[in-house]
Amino acid sequence: MTTVAPAASGAGTDAVAWHHRHLIDVDVLTWPEIELIMRTTEQMKGILARPIRKVPALNGRRVTTLFYEASTRTRVSFESAARNLSADVVSVAPATSSVTKGESLVDTIRTLEALGAEILVMRHSVSGAPYLAAEIFSGHVLNGGDGWHAHPTQALLDLYTMRENVPGGDLRGKKVAIVGDILHSRVARSNIWSLTAAGADLWLCGPATLLRGFDRWASAWSGGAVPGHGKFNVTSDIDAALRDADVVMGLRIQRERMQGGLLPSLREYAAMYQLNAERISLARPEAIVMHPGPMNEGVEIAPDIAISGRSVILDQVSNGVAVRMALLYLLAGSHEAAQPGHEGAHIETAR
Amino acid sequence: MTDRQIMTGDEIRRAIIRISHEIVEKQAGTKGLALVGIQRRGVPLAKRVADAIEEHEGVRLPTGALDITFYRDDLSLVAQQPIVKGTDLPFDLNGTTIVLVDDVLYTGRTIRCAMDALIDFGRPRAIRLAVLIDRGHRELPIRADHVGKNVPTSREEIVHVHVAEIDGSDEVSIARELRAPDTTVVGG
Repeated sequence: MTTVAPAASGAGTDAVAWHHRHLIDVDVLTWPEIELIMRTTEQMKGILARPIRKVPALNGRRVTTLFYEASTRTRVSFESAARNLSADVVSVAPATSSVTKGESLVDTIRTLEALGAEILVMRHSVSGAPYLAAEIFSGHVLNGGDGWHAHPTQALLDLYTMRENVPGGDLRGKKVAIVGDILHSRVARSNIWSLTAAGADLWLCGPATLLRGFDRWASAWSGGAVPGHGKFNVTSDIDAALRDADVVMGLRIQRERMQGGLLPSLREYAAMYQLNAERISLARPEAIVMHPGPMNEGVEIAPDIAISGRSVILDQVSNGVAVRMALLYLLAGSHEAAQPGHEGAHIETAR
Repeated sequence: MTDRQIMTGDEIRRAIIRISHEIVEKQAGTKGLALVGIQRRGVPLAKRVADAIEEHEGVRLPTGALDITFYRDDLSLVAQQPIVKGTDLPFDLNGTTIVLVDDVLYTGRTIRCAMDALIDFGRPRAIRLAVLIDRGHRELPIRADHVGKNVPTSREEIVHVHVAEIDGSDEVSIARELRAPDTTVVGG
């Protein structure tokens, strides 16, 4: 029937304790903690393969999703994950809530807490909003994406999907090319932390206007000032980024965030940077193609590539549920171990 | 804290063989039987019971491993989440008689979780329980069908089961520890 082998990698991770009360970005995670998340995700995938896809681990715990930005897959994924763990889920859509009457984020969170929220999954268009939430909310905050800043569950499901598809599950030295609108991408920013920590040879690629500031980040990085052992490359040369890549990830051109002058036109972007069959042929024959969704097919990715045998885009979606189950489980059990001063100190420095 | 040995490796071996005979006798054969060890030390013990049954009956019973982490009712009480070891049930549970195997039977809560977990995989005809040590202090109406050794204990004592597959040697010892008993769960 169902077989879930314990993850082969990560010897010694038995001793890893989970200390984080909140998860706002992957930058606070050590490599053993990331390995713990990957191992827990493996177990959650095992639950998803069972006839009854539900365990009572979070029975009676209350998970509230608060999404100030539009989302289908992330919100549904979090809510499925919470239900698979038997949590009670409340979904707040600010468009139909008192937020339209002018209620502030702080008031909304205090109200949700008074209504019994224990784990708050939030998405907000302002970078850093979850740090504010974590200061005032007595439970756990799990970031479902904030502005351009971070999308930790996406980065972790990307990492899990890559490890699943790369022979041996080891990304060290593997070339990962992320192509598209890097500038506005919280997915790219969170992936920088996790992929360099995994030792991948990371390449960020896009028009120069959509890479602003990343070259400086990359050069500061190779100086060893930041955690993670790998460095990363920034280029506008798509051929150089894709050549011999093991993983190619397209990012959505965020039309809603494009102010004048960043791109001449979507057509020109597609002509120069679209992931199409010809460009993908520069990558390794066994290379996988990823996209965090939602896709603008025909802009950053050609429709035939998105559904080709190389595409693991739907694996990303299904792995997303397992990763979010793992994180809800780990966070929900962390309250006894949480040291308010510890997380608080991080919030002070991070803002 | 002082450790007092209560079972030697040889006594463990004999207890396993006796349990293996009892299991077959109770079922009047090996038909429809399957063994499921509870992570962690129940897993090698279940395999040993299967080995013993194979030796005297010439039949290899289906044997699986069950991780009950996600079924525990004390997630909010423990200091941090237990590490998940994995569930592996490579056979169809429906209509089988499952013998759960664990090292220590204590409060009975682990066994309750194990029954909940098993039933999520199918509908066994019956579930039985075999343990190496029964140390008493049940908190739930659960009893073992097959017991290696009954050991009267106080709640302040801790039973350590060592198995060669995990700990390098076979031994059961008992220790008195000053920590609150709730924080150390050996069996359940």
